[in-house]
Amino acid sequence: MLRWTDSKKFSCAPPPLFPLPLESSLPSVFDPLYPGMELGRASVLLACVIICSNVPCPVGGHLYNNRYAGDQIFRITPTNDEEVQVLQKILGRMKVDFWQPNSLALICQNATVDVHVKRNDTLDLHARLKQQHLDYRVFISNLQKEIEKQTGHRSSRKRRSESQYDYEVYHSLEEIQGWMSEMNRTNSHLVDMFSIGKSYEGRPLYVLQIGKRSRHRKKAVWIDCGVHAREWIGPAFCQWFVKEAINSYQHDSVMRRLLNQLNFYIMPVFNVDGYHFSWTTVNPAGNVSFSHIASLPDRFWRKTRSKNHRFHCRGVDANRNWKVKWCEEGASSHPCDDTYCGPYAESEPEVKAVAKFLRKHKKRVKSYISIHAYAQMLLYPYSYKYAAIPNFNCVESAAQNAVTALYSAYGVRYRYGPASTTLYVSSGSSIDWAYRNGIPYAFAFELRDTGFFGFLLPESLINPTCTETLRAVKAIASGLLKKCETDRDRFPYI
Amino acid sequence: MSPSIVVVLAVLTGVTGSPTVTTWPAADPQDATAHPNTVVEGTEIFGWRVSVEEEAEKEVMATGKLNPNHYPAQRAAKVVQHYLNTQYGSPFRLFGLHAVHSANAEDVADSGRKYQLEISVQEIINNTTEKCSAEVLFAGAAAQRSSQVQVSCEEHLKISTEAQEEALFQKYQMNKSLQSVQNLPDSYGHIEPDNQPLWHLGTVASSSVMLNESTENTLYNMAQVASITQLASDNQQLKFDCRVLLHEMVSQEIIHWKLLFTWSPPDGVKVLQMEKLPRCHHCKVPPNTN
Repeated sequence: MLRWTDSKKFSCAPPPLFPLPLESSLPSVFDPLYPGMELGRASVLLACVIICSNVPCPVGGHLYNNRYAGDQIFRITPTNDEEVQVLQKILGRMKVDFWQPNSLALICQNATVDVHVKRNDTLDLHARLKQQHLDYRVFISNLQKEIEKQTGHRSSRKRRSESQYDYEVYHSLEEIQGWMSEMNRTNSHLVDMFSIGKSYEGRPLYVLQIGKRSRHRKKAVWIDCGVHAREWIGPAFCQWFVKEAINSYQHDSVMRRLLNQLNFYIMPVFNVDGYHFSWTTVNPAGNVSFSHIASLPDRFWRKTRSKNHRFHCRGVDANRNWKVKWCEEGASSHPCDDTYCGPYAESEPEVKAVAKFLRKHKKRVKSYISIHAYAQMLLYPYSYKYAAIPNFNCVESAAQNAVTALYSAYGVRYRYGPASTTLYVSSGSSIDWAYRNGIPYAFAFELRDTGFFGFLLPESLINPTCTETLRAVKAIASGLLKKCETDRDRFPYI
Repeated sequence: MSPSIVVVLAVLTGVTGSPTVTTWPAADPQDATAHPNTVVEGTEIFGWRVSVEEEAEKEVMATGKLNPNHYPAQRAAKVVQHYLNTQYGSPFRLFGLHAVHSANAEDVADSGRKYQLEISVQEIINNTTEKCSAEVLFAGAAAQRSSQVQVSCEEHLKISTEAQEEALFQKYQMNKSLQSVQNLPDSYGHIEPDNQPLWHLGTVASSSVMLNESTENTLYNMAQVASITQLASDNQQLKFDCRVLLHEMVSQEIIHWKLLFTWSPPDGVKVLQMEKLPRCHHCKVPPNTN
C-alpha cells in the first residue's frame, strides 16, 4: 500500500489530511469549482489542519455544520497511461477535491490518487470507475464521521487520562513511559524504575522493579510484555499487574506476601520500536498519528525495526533471536518474513539487553514469564523440540494451578503444555533460553482470544483478560514460595 | 525418517536441601548431530541425573489416536470452523471452535491425511454451543485440491436468523448510498454497531479463502476487514467487494485478500472472485517521479 511518504516523489505538496478550514475563516473547499486547488490554497488549508488538530474542537453536536456528512474519499491507482487519461477524463467532469496529487494534471501512472467526493456524487463516481474497469477503493466512507471520530476520540481519551490513568484503554508508548515515571515517583517504597539499555532506534528500555525493598537478596520473577508489537493486550497486562500490585499491597495478604518475599521485574514494552511503529504512520508534513484510518499492515507489525543491509525489509522476530538452537526449525532466515531469526543470535539490542540482565541475576530469578497474544494458552519449554523438560512435573503442576486460577475468574479455558506440541515448533525463543539459562519456571502466556478478534482485542475486554491473567501469574509466583516435592519413584517425564 | 526408539529408564538422585539451582552445563552434550527430534539428555539439573532417549516426532504427527490438546488436532478442527462458516455463516450466524474432545488421524491415498474429530462449536452471536462429529481430508501436496470436510452436529445448527437477515437485506437494498466502511475492527478493537453485520459478512466470505488455503501446517484466522464496499447489484442479491487481512498463525504472516461476493438470505454468502494481494510494506516505490 502506498503511503503519504510516496507523494514526495511526485513533486506534490504534502496532501492535506483533513482540508477543513476553521468555520469562521476560509470558504468551502469546493470554491473554485474545477478542477482542484492550487498549491497555495492547499498549503493554507494544511496549515489550518495542523492548527485545528491542536485546538480543542467541540465535542458533541456536529463539527463544521455537518457539511462533510456522507462525503467520501476515493483512492484510485491508475496502472498505465491509458488509465491515467481515462481517470483524468472522469474526474475532470466532476467536482472533486484533490487530496493527492494536487491537481488533475499531476496524475501519473502508479501514483495514488485520493479525491474527496461530495455525497451526491459518490454513486456517480462508483459507476464511472466500474464502467472503465479502474481499480479503486473508498478510503474514507463518511468524512464527517471520520473527523468527529478523530477529534472526539482523541479528546475523550485525553480527558480520561488527565484525571486518572485509564487501565482499560490501550496506551501509546509515550503514555506508558509517562505512566512508569509516575509510578516510580509516587510509590518509591515499592517501585524502582531503571533502564537496561537502548533499542535499535535509541529508545530507553525501561524496567520496573516491584517489591518491598529489602536488604536480603530476594528471589525474583521477570515478566515482559510486548515482545511482538501488535499484541497490544500484553503491555496492557503489564500495566495492570503493576497497578494491582501497588493498590492491593495493603489489603490483599497474598499480594503482600508476594511483594515482601519476591521482587518482580516488569518490562511493560519489550519491543519499544515495533510498538511505537504499530501506533503511528508518519506523513511528511508532521508526525500526525491516525493509525485507525491509515496504513493497516502497521497495526499488525510484529518484529523489531532494525534495518537489514541486504533487503529493504526491516525487523527481526524478537522471539526467534535468542541464543538457544538459534534459527533452526520454526524460524525463518529471510529478512522479510515475520519469523525472521536475525543475522545472528542476540543481534537485536532489545534481546541482548534483557539477556544480559537475566544472566546477571540468574541466581535469583526463579521464574521468567513472557506475555503474548493470542491463542489462550500457557506454554513452557521446549519450543525447539518435542521432548519434556527434566523438571516437567513441577512445571506442569504450576501450569495447571495457573490455568485453574485463571478459569476461576470468568470460566475462560486456556490450553497448556510444552510450546512445541501445543502451539508449534520454534527455535531461538525466550522461554527456551531462560530455561537453559537456569530459570526453572519459564512460561509464555498467549492471552485472549482464540481468533475472533485476534490482535484487535476490544478495549472492553482488557479488564476481564487482565483480571483472569493476574490470578494465573499470582498462582505461579505463589508456587515459587513453596518447595516442589518430587515423587522419586516416578519418572520425571511422561 | 524416524530413528528407532530406545527407552532408557530415568535415574533419579534425590533433591536435597533447599531448592537452590545448580549451574547448568552450557550445551546439550549429545544431540548436536542427532535428528532434531531425538532427545538425548545427559544433563544434571536440580540434582537429578536424567538419561533418556526418545523418538519424539511420531508422538505429534501421529497416526491413530491424537492428543486433542496438541496442534495437529486443533488445526484440523479449525478447518471445520471455516467450513461451517462458509456453508452456514451469515451476518447473524458465525461459528467458532470451542473445544476438541477427541481426534484420530490416518494416512490415505495420494499422501493425503484424514482426520476424524469430535468437537464442540460455538455459535458466537447467540452464544450457543453444540457437539459435532467431523471428518477433514487434507489433500497431499501433489493433488492441489483444497481440504474436504464433512460435519454433522447434534442440533443440526438450528439457529433461526431469518427475520434479522431479511430486515438487514431490505435495509441495504433500500439505502440511497452504498455501504462502504474500513477497518473492522479498528486498531482498538472497536466496531460501530451498525457495521457489525458487515464485519460478519467479511468473516464469512474470508472463511471460503481460509478453507481453501488450509493445510496441516497452517492455522488461519481473519485479522481484520480492511475495507468492505457495497456494489450496485440486481434485486436478488447484494454484492460486495472487500479486502481482508488474514493471520496465518504458523508463519505469523498477515496475508491480504481481495474478494467479490454476493449475499442474500436464501442463498447465503457466495464468493465470486478471490485474489491474493502482495504484501506491500516493503514494496518498491515505482521509479516514476514527476
